[in-house]
Amino acid sequence: MSTVTDAPPLAPAPAPKERPPRKRRRLTPYWLLLPGILWLLVFFALPMVYQASTSVQTGSLEDGYQVTWHFATYWDAVADYWPQFLRSIVYAGAATVLCLVLGYPLAYLIAFRAGRWRNLILVLVIAPFFTSFLIRTLAWKTILADSGPVVGALNSLHVLDVTSWLGITAGDRVLATPLAVICGLTYNFLPFMILPLYTSLERIDGRLHEAAGDLYARPFTTFRKVTFPLSMPGVVSGTLLTFIPASGDYVNADLLGSTDTRMVGNVIQTQFLRILDYPTAAALSFVLMAGILAVVTLYIRKSGTEDLV
Amino acid sequence: MAPIRWLRRRLVVIAGLLTLGYLLLPNIVVTVFSFNNPKGRFNYEWQRFSTDAWTDPCGVADLCGSLSLSLQIAAWATLGATVLGTMIAFALVRYRFRARGAVNSLIFLPMAMPEVVMAASLLTLFLNLGAQLGFWTILIAHIMFCLSFVVTAVKARVMSMDPRLEQAAQDLYAGPAQTFLRVTLPIAAPGIAAGALLAFALSFDDFIITNFNAGSTVTFPMFVWGSAQRGTPVQINVIGTAMFLVAVLFVLAGMVISNRRNRQKAS
Repeated sequence: MSTVTDAPPLAPAPAPKERPPRKRRRLTPYWLLLPGILWLLVFFALPMVYQASTSVQTGSLEDGYQVTWHFATYWDAVADYWPQFLRSIVYAGAATVLCLVLGYPLAYLIAFRAGRWRNLILVLVIAPFFTSFLIRTLAWKTILADSGPVVGALNSLHVLDVTSWLGITAGDRVLATPLAVICGLTYNFLPFMILPLYTSLERIDGRLHEAAGDLYARPFTTFRKVTFPLSMPGVVSGTLLTFIPASGDYVNADLLGSTDTRMVGNVIQTQFLRILDYPTAAALSFVLMAGILAVVTLYIRKSGTEDLV
Repeated sequence: MAPIRWLRRRLVVIAGLLTLGYLLLPNIVVTVFSFNNPKGRFNYEWQRFSTDAWTDPCGVADLCGSLSLSLQIAAWATLGATVLGTMIAFALVRYRFRARGAVNSLIFLPMAMPEVVMAASLLTLFLNLGAQLGFWTILIAHIMFCLSFVVTAVKARVMSMDPRLEQAAQDLYAGPAQTFLRVTLPIAAPGIAAGALLAFALSFDDFIITNFNAGSTVTFPMFVWGSAQRGTPVQINVIGTAMFLVAVLFVLAGMVISNRRNRQKAS
């Protein structure tokens, strides 16, 4: 069995004339793993170490930085930028909930109701990926323009009065408000919700629905007691795949928002690329990472799906 | 009462189609505005119909240069990530070895990390090493974050593979290389192709990690980002529309071909 993959997958070596000795065969998995794992260690894990060290350095760009175990950087960073942290969590959370609410019906439609249109709809869900997401996000500037039909309709339906009261829009505008940023985040990460949902829904045995119906369950009860619980793995991985990138995003807040909608990603980007305050930027991104890891671990524990990979 | 019942029975379908509309609306706007002739520097308001941008897609300085750079990086990143990722996937499915848990988390973590965190930490590494930011640092970063996605795609496929097929090949006196080339690889191919496609799309469209690690090199997403500040040329929409159409046509053609093949098999 194990000799089958002795050759590297894409460029198989010529067949060895005799079976390789036992010891070499036992080493095969390590040879297969080595290049990729090394890549991840050097360019993913090692940078984290460098970043941890940068976050406790002091100094200036001209004189260079020294590790001084200056943990106060963390305290200052959080004290200065907690509104942006809070905003990241609230916006990403709102976008995740919206993605679930909007994405579930579409995933359900593709899995159970689409019939021969199934593949076409799947293609239409994925195809926008091939237009750069920046271009598509810029398109929201046109859609939500102040004099555009969407804002006009929302205005005449008095929706904007409600959202203004909630504090997510200001006056007659949608652009440059939290609503625009949440709308952009929801739009950008919706496919990441739909695809895992669809995968887990598609696996459900259709006979379970029939059985529920035979036992006099109404359609909604069937959904609540059978379909939704069985789709939980999709819900969990979909919400994670939406929440994690949304919480670190700075593109939507920059293109569709204003200075009042800056998220923690915007702060990290500015500190790193414009102000060049590396310790603060490193500390901020470490706090974000720790927060995300804590949320992910808790969430996976709680929902009991450990094998997401 | 009949219309209400009709509506209630189709509630899911209607809600689903509305979501699909929400997903496709920006693409429709991008396409329509690729025929715009805007007044100012920004292409956000409709002025009048024009095909100027379509007849001269490279008419903006640096646009096509950045596009070809992005395609090159995406191609190399796809190749690198697919080779390395496929190897890891095979090792994970086919072999027992020590440190399996550690390897699994090392694969999972890049997918569970906000891009901005990876981008910032990688930049710290490059700055500390004094590396010259540009093509190579972008490529390194892209292979890094595409790798995990390839592993996941290939792993799923190899796991669902029936090991008896390979045993059968060996019973029929196929050598290891022959078994691999003629049995294992063809069966794993859809998974590898899916991983490669995903890697290409991720790399081509990546902005955040590239923005941190590109130095003064301008990829296509970086060009779009810059133009959002300076003025958005209509040509951006032309390229966005063209990519969308090419992707849809590609996938539809693939579907037609596989349908036909299935039908031939059935008859």
